[in-house]
Amino acid sequence: MITVQNLHKKFAANTVLNGVDVQIEKGQSMAIIGGSGTGKSVLLKCILGLETHDSGKIFINGEESSKLDKNKFLSNFGMLFQNAALFDSLSVWKNVAFRLTQGPNKIPEKQAKDIAIEKLRRVGLTPDVGDKFPAELSGGMQKRVGLARAIAANPEIIFFDEPTTGLDPIMSGVINELIREIVVEMGATAMTITHDMSSVRAIADKVIMLHNGRVQWSGDIKELEKSQNPYLNQFLKGNAEGPIEAVR
Amino acid sequence: MKVFNKLLRSIGSSVLAFCSSVGRIVIFALNAILHLVRPPFYGREVLSQLMQIGFYSLPVVGLTALFTGAALALQIYSGGVRFSAESVVPSIVAIGMVRELGPVLGGLMVAGRVSSSIAAELGTMRVTEQLDALVTLSTNPMKYLVAPRVLAATIAMPILVAVGDTIGILGGYLVGTGRLGFNSNNYLQNTVDFMELEDITSGLAKAAVFGFIIALMGCYHGYNSGRGAQGVGKATINAVVSASVMILAANYVLTEAFF
Repeated sequence: MITVQNLHKKFAANTVLNGVDVQIEKGQSMAIIGGSGTGKSVLLKCILGLETHDSGKIFINGEESSKLDKNKFLSNFGMLFQNAALFDSLSVWKNVAFRLTQGPNKIPEKQAKDIAIEKLRRVGLTPDVGDKFPAELSGGMQKRVGLARAIAANPEIIFFDEPTTGLDPIMSGVINELIREIVVEMGATAMTITHDMSSVRAIADKVIMLHNGRVQWSGDIKELEKSQNPYLNQFLKGNAEGPIEAVR
Repeated sequence: MKVFNKLLRSIGSSVLAFCSSVGRIVIFALNAILHLVRPPFYGREVLSQLMQIGFYSLPVVGLTALFTGAALALQIYSGGVRFSAESVVPSIVAIGMVRELGPVLGGLMVAGRVSSSIAAELGTMRVTEQLDALVTLSTNPMKYLVAPRVLAATIAMPILVAVGDTIGILGGYLVGTGRLGFNSNNYLQNTVDFMELEDITSGLAKAAVFGFIIALMGCYHGYNSGRGAQGVGKATINAVVSASVMILAANYVLTEAFF
């Protein structure tokens, strides 16, 4: 379970998060939507400890994140980055097996490779892809490899940062379906940042909308279309006019 | 008065910015050293960087040394002949290469090749979120990327310079015997006779310091690269310029120390 309480984050004079409260239950899949620059990625980075928040608290399974051992804390997480963020200098299987071959709990390389190939298969890639380098793969394949890397160590919590950005609608559908399947299969808690409403509908159980550094709307996926919230309606309909300024 | 105030303010803010940059670099360097001595150690990364930084820099260092040694022999001969001191050519070529030109020119050439490449690599990793990805995979980028590069460059530079010194002396020998009419045996004898162990060790110690500076500047600027292609480009320029200037400054300090 992830609990974020009254989180604040500023970059110089720019307030990005202005008292964000979020709660995700164990095994739940939450989507965070909102316009560009509304603090979605910063929220995710604060939870992971990649950015230091100014005030507020983050709890993972009831324990305050700042008090946990960083390695132990991060071992609970898997993350799919927006552009996959694969390591260029490593082959695909080494990317997938990276966490398994580092740190105190590392396993022999042969075993790590077998797991990596199995995870690649799980995301629909053939074993021969394992020996290629990230630069040799298409955008969709890179996303799948990123997904395989995120789930390689069977984490309890998985974050997806704009998983379908830059992909065609068919590939987006494939990735959305994979994410949903994997999250359900692993029983993982998932948090997805996206602008893509088809992703939200395919992946999420619960949705929150961020605007001006605050949660403007939160609710169950079934309530999304019925909501009368003017911010959410403008975002869903993609209207230029409404409470959200078009030029920010 | 207003103009004077403005000038004073601008000088003050530049000095403050310089001091804060120096502070950040010192903290980064201490952090890198700390990660060098604390486990886990990434031996395979160090070996891979030894190849990248050391082995692949051999051609550029070797060619630089060869032509420098050759030109040095000609210049010393041209000066020495004015007061009938042509015989000093072999010893001055050797001492000049080993104490000064080998480490400094080698350092500057490697700074151009290695600092830029490290800064571009780490800068691109920063921009494409690969550094963040490392953190989420429970791996400290300082330990996995920075410490092995710093250690590898510090080890590789003295070896590179030792090879470069030898090639530079060979360049002087080829010009001395082929162009200036020196007897081959006499040239080699003079080279060996006037060289002291301290000449060699001071040059190699300089090379180790230059190696540390080269990797540190590449890593620092790449690690703290700005966004986009422009940010990476700027990081690369800053890495080469700062490494080169720091090598020249450190060279003076070390020369004073070994004087």
